[in-house]
Amino acid sequence: MTAPTPVNSFRTLPDETGHFGQFGGRYVAETLMPLILDLEKEYRKAQQDPAFWAEFDALMKDFVGRPSPLYFAPRMTDYFRAKAPAGKGPKIYFKREELNHTGAHKINNCIGQILLAIRMGKTKIIAETGAGQHGVATATVAARFGLPCKIFMGAKDIERQKPNVFRMKLLGAEVISCESGSQSLKDSMNDALRYWVANVHDTFYIIGTAAGPHPYPELVRDFQSIIGKETREQILEKEGRLPDMLVAAVGGGSNAIGLFHPFLDDPEVQMTGIEAAGHGIDTDKHAASLTGGKPGILHGNKTYLLQDEDGQITEAHSISAGLDYPGLGPEHSWLHESGRVNYVPITDTEALEAFQLCCELEGIIPALESSHALAALPQLTAEMDEDKLLVVNVSGRGDKDIFTVAEALGVEL
Amino acid sequence: MTRFETAFAKEINGKRRAALVCFITGGDGDTAANLDALVEGGADVIELGMPFTDPMADGPAIQEANIRSLDAGTKTADIFRMASEFRARHPQVPLVLMGYANPMIARGADWFANECAKAGVDGVICVDIPPEEDAELGPALREKSVSLIRLATPTTDATRLPAVLEGSSGFLYYVSVAGVTGMQQAAQGSIEDAVAKLKAASTIPVAVGFGVRTPEQASAIAKVADGVVVGSALVDLVKQHGNEAPEHLRALTSALAEAVHAAR
Repeated sequence: MTAPTPVNSFRTLPDETGHFGQFGGRYVAETLMPLILDLEKEYRKAQQDPAFWAEFDALMKDFVGRPSPLYFAPRMTDYFRAKAPAGKGPKIYFKREELNHTGAHKINNCIGQILLAIRMGKTKIIAETGAGQHGVATATVAARFGLPCKIFMGAKDIERQKPNVFRMKLLGAEVISCESGSQSLKDSMNDALRYWVANVHDTFYIIGTAAGPHPYPELVRDFQSIIGKETREQILEKEGRLPDMLVAAVGGGSNAIGLFHPFLDDPEVQMTGIEAAGHGIDTDKHAASLTGGKPGILHGNKTYLLQDEDGQITEAHSISAGLDYPGLGPEHSWLHESGRVNYVPITDTEALEAFQLCCELEGIIPALESSHALAALPQLTAEMDEDKLLVVNVSGRGDKDIFTVAEALGVEL
Repeated sequence: MTRFETAFAKEINGKRRAALVCFITGGDGDTAANLDALVEGGADVIELGMPFTDPMADGPAIQEANIRSLDAGTKTADIFRMASEFRARHPQVPLVLMGYANPMIARGADWFANECAKAGVDGVICVDIPPEEDAELGPALREKSVSLIRLATPTTDATRLPAVLEGSSGFLYYVSVAGVTGMQQAAQGSIEDAVAKLKAASTIPVAVGFGVRTPEQASAIAKVADGVVVGSALVDLVKQHGNEAPEHLRALTSALAEAVHAAR
């Protein structure tokens, strides 16, 4: 393993070959390489093009409904302050990404990528989806721009996320069931890549998280960074200073990198990424690739992966379909090894408790993904002084999860 | 001469003939018996697939073969055992390991290259390491004189081709369709154009694969290319016939070899 890259800034990567230290890169079949290089070229042009960002910003405002609020959560703050040792218990803020159009942060990235697709002259859209949030967001932008769209989704996820499957169909997308392997997010990505290789001349692949071959991790991060940029402005306006702690769940890691990235060079801002620990990291049913995995190559990038000693990918488990993936974005692997972000595992049970607590105390039904972030609060609030500021990214709303939660709680609907 | 050079230099009636390259997935069925059947049928080069849980560049036939192999408990150590036993039985036939990056680098590229050299493996095809990421595996293989066999595709244009050829040896594998293994075959005309361009740029032999199933297709390709690769059609026979597969593999390989060797 190579030593972490010595840097003065945490915001200069990836390097020109698409690497974050030893992570990232472009590990794809030769057929895809020319397109990946074209995409990078086109993205570099778009980055410098004020018209591109003007269109992005306009859609963010009027189509997505941004900025999303930064909300002070008074009852959560009081609740944890009461449980914490004297003088502990910071002010808790929620970044309300669940209020976006389509109910999660996923739409931010989809808007950016479909604008790139159109710039590149691609006429068809594909995407993979786990929980269905990225599928719905992709189907939404495809409808908005009138492009045909195929969504690849694991057969198991189709079963456990029926409302989102129907939403995608209503939006005009074709949902393709992936029957191979574990029939979840990883397999939908395999099938999307297989389709893409055969249709690379006219098809743009909207990858849903900050992973995959370069430049995807970079451009997804850049589109999602609107979360952190807004948070920065909003907390300065409300509190006159930067937050002390940022918390976000990490599946592939796009909502987390979007919140974290604009703050990476502010040393006073600490960050906690939450991995899904499923039934527990000492069992074989979890999705905590940093805690329980090692670096490897899958889906176009080098990153931490759940795998056996032969490099075979092992199946992930999380109650949250959006976190049920055996890897994570390469920038998170680098931020982990460089020590800039602390990554913590949270179990299914802890996430379920946080889900209920948030419903009852704040009147907000969070996604199970975001519930993992909320579940870090008992420990973090017990350690932080009460004059500190903590921001949790409530990345999605939990309407899609009520059936899963009901089943886990033994409630019949 | 290397085993590759010998295999691609065979002549028939005083003329250089094309080589038949046959692929099966290691650990799917009785691999030793299946490999012997391919050699007996007339295969000039053997590609042994290393199973992987996530074979993203493969169509259903080889995906399923990967799953059958892993479900049967195949480990990387088993693949190297199959390779070294093959080498002992067939000292002259070039043997290529084909697979995906993660199993190849799981214990480090140096470890993998060393095991290849020890087992008598002549070359490695890694589907998901393009020239841009050569450092991951290429230097370790070259250090041990194991050929890195790169893929060129219909999307590989003239500006990329030098990078693809740089550091590759053994032969160049032309993937004739933009797609996954075992699906449709490319039009003959497009194959001829592509092979002519590749051969003009390359000093190593050019073998053509993806979607080649019948002696007729193989014969047409063998007229222009140095080698013809057949995989999914053979893997289908392993699925269909299980332990009875060798006789069927031998029959198809014979028909393919006859067509390929006599094409010119």
